[in-house]
Amino acid sequence: MDFNFIPLAFGQLLEPQTIGYALAALGLTVHFGFTGLLNFGQAGFMAVGGYFFAITTVKFGWPLWAALLACIVGAVIFALILGIPTLRLRADYLSIVTIAAAEIIRYTVKTPDISPLTGGSDGINGSSDGFYALDPLPDISYGFGVLRYTNDGLWIRIVGWLVVILAALLVRQLMRSPWGRIVKGIREDEDAVRSLGKNVTWYKMQSLILGGIMGAIATVIVIIPTSLQPDNYGTQTTFFLYTIILLGGATTVLGPIVGSIIFWVVLQLTDGILTLLVTNHLLPITSIQQGPIRFILVGIALMLLVIFRPQGIFGNKREAHFSA
Amino acid sequence: MPKAESASTPAVEQLQKGEPGPGVPKVDPILIAHGVKRTFGGMTAVDVEHVEIPRGKITALIGPNGAGKTTFFNLLTGFDKPDTGTWSLDGDSLAGVPAYKVSRRGMVRTFQLTKALSLLSVMENMRLGATGQSGERFFPALFKGSWRKREDEITAQALELLARFKLDTKKDDYAASLSGGQRKLLEMARALMSKPRLVMLDEPMAGVNPALTQSLLGHVLNLKNDGTTVLFVEHDMHMVQTIADWVIVMAEGRIVAEGYPATVMQDQAVIDAYLGAHHDTDLGSLTGQLEVAKDLDDSFLVDEIKSEIAEEEKPDGE
Ligand SMILES: Nc1ncnc2c1ncn2[C@@H]1O[C@H](COP(=O)(O)OP(=O)(O)OP(=O)(O)O)[C@@H](O)[C@H]1O
Ligand SMILES: [Mg+2]
Repeated sequence: MDFNFIPLAFGQLLEPQTIGYALAALGLTVHFGFTGLLNFGQAGFMAVGGYFFAITTVKFGWPLWAALLACIVGAVIFALILGIPTLRLRADYLSIVTIAAAEIIRYTVKTPDISPLTGGSDGINGSSDGFYALDPLPDISYGFGVLRYTNDGLWIRIVGWLVVILAALLVRQLMRSPWGRIVKGIREDEDAVRSLGKNVTWYKMQSLILGGIMGAIATVIVIIPTSLQPDNYGTQTTFFLYTIILLGGATTVLGPIVGSIIFWVVLQLTDGILTLLVTNHLLPITSIQQGPIRFILVGIALMLLVIFRPQGIFGNKREAHFSA
Repeated sequence: MPKAESASTPAVEQLQKGEPGPGVPKVDPILIAHGVKRTFGGMTAVDVEHVEIPRGKITALIGPNGAGKTTFFNLLTGFDKPDTGTWSLDGDSLAGVPAYKVSRRGMVRTFQLTKALSLLSVMENMRLGATGQSGERFFPALFKGSWRKREDEITAQALELLARFKLDTKKDDYAASLSGGQRKLLEMARALMSKPRLVMLDEPMAGVNPALTQSLLGHVLNLKNDGTTVLFVEHDMHMVQTIADWVIVMAEGRIVAEGYPATVMQDQAVIDAYLGAHHDTDLGSLTGQLEVAKDLDDSFLVDEIKSEIAEEEKPDGE
């Protein structure tokens, strides 16, 4: 039997996908966990960030810094478009608008008419050159066992985690400040905060922008070593992110990061175990059925988690406001 | 200041110009509302022609359930929009001003259904009420050095207020762990953090135990001594009689009476508002029932009762 899947599963810790999801989930934690904004379109922020970055880099030939700036500006514009009409209204309006907007983005970039710009269903390849040009690592192979990385592969992984750590420190600092106090107050009762003279709508907008930028930059980390694929930013992605923050604890800074690691490692492990069982005819299913089954297992695990530990791994039981 | 002389107005400073009554102008008003009307569907919840709140005094807004007191509070503080109407604080118009700006202009309210933020600590609740904290802005928030000093001042101010409201021992607890009455106190203390010109308390005594009521009355009186104007809604007549300088009575959305606390409860309009116009009618007698039925405009019932009366008036044995 081949047990290589075990080190490979733990190798998920260093996969750009894990890093990107950690950052996007941190952004969603700012929205949902700290401010109480029900954003169901985090995948939309990720898509907007990815397309602004990839189009400016690949199609317009902009330098890295300018493309990153474009990515951030894209997220801000998207946040304003979503937030201005909805943030004054009841919480549910934001969720409806965000879930729809994220899908609109995905379908729009796939329309043939603009595919010279967006790459249509194929997405965009090769936005990594500017980033790899900055790679200071010697061109040798890194790692051990089955986990081997090129110098560029290691470079994006290091920078990716550094970005996540910086973002986590930023969020931690904010949430311990008077700004964070207002945002947490809004999560509970925005009228109370309003009655104390705080411009609630503006704070919600700031939170939407901050978390949205994190989602946008997350995509940059994911697509540099791979490519931008529109279908990676569907509604399912947003629900994975919710799974991650519920797993780690929706009202903590560490929760989404550790949640992302656990999510991808466990997904990979179950996949490996199922493959092992199927190829050795120990399970009466085909390898085609295997894909859906692993998500069924994830779903069951999530249900158990919400029932038995609603505050997540790191959360404080008292702050698990959705547990009531 | 002209002193009231008549027996109906006790020897206190006169607040109004002319005879006390609905909409009477005040000598020194802080808040003036005019033509404020709010309807929900076909139902008129608030229809206030004119009202003025005297500065530096304690004014009670009373009236039966559903009179429109809370709705009127919501309108004045920007939490709800009236169909028509204008109002101003110290001459500055507040119509159409969003709730958070109303609060910044110095008019802070509390809620009938308490809004203590239960997942924040008592101290954090208090700090939230403070003003002038630069750390509430995004970029300064990142640099603790820039807002720590103000935070210390705010904390000291909060501690002082908490001590006054006997909540200082609870300062590090989640507000969720407070009792209903303690939450009322916290909400009131929090509203005072910004040192408002006018505080509007919606039923501050509801759920507060009698022993604490006495000290709460003291707090409200202290506010007045500090120069703060207080407008409060209350069903507890004891509180109204003890601390209010002026009483405004609402019923069915309108202001039906205004006056000094010692006298206003004798006003026929107030008695009618609370007890109904027929409170001294004997519903056991047919003539009493007829009176009510006429008032209800129920012609079927009127005829019914009339025929019954006619029946009774017939001599026996017929
Ligand atoms: N959002 C709303 N939608 C429809 N009707 C409302 C709404 N808010 C208040 N009302 C109605 O307006 C009227 C006045 O209500 P309000 O809450 O102002 O009364 P109140 O004087 O504060 O009464 P209480 O002493 O019981 O608190 C009531 O008849 C109520 O049903
Ligand atoms: Mg009320």
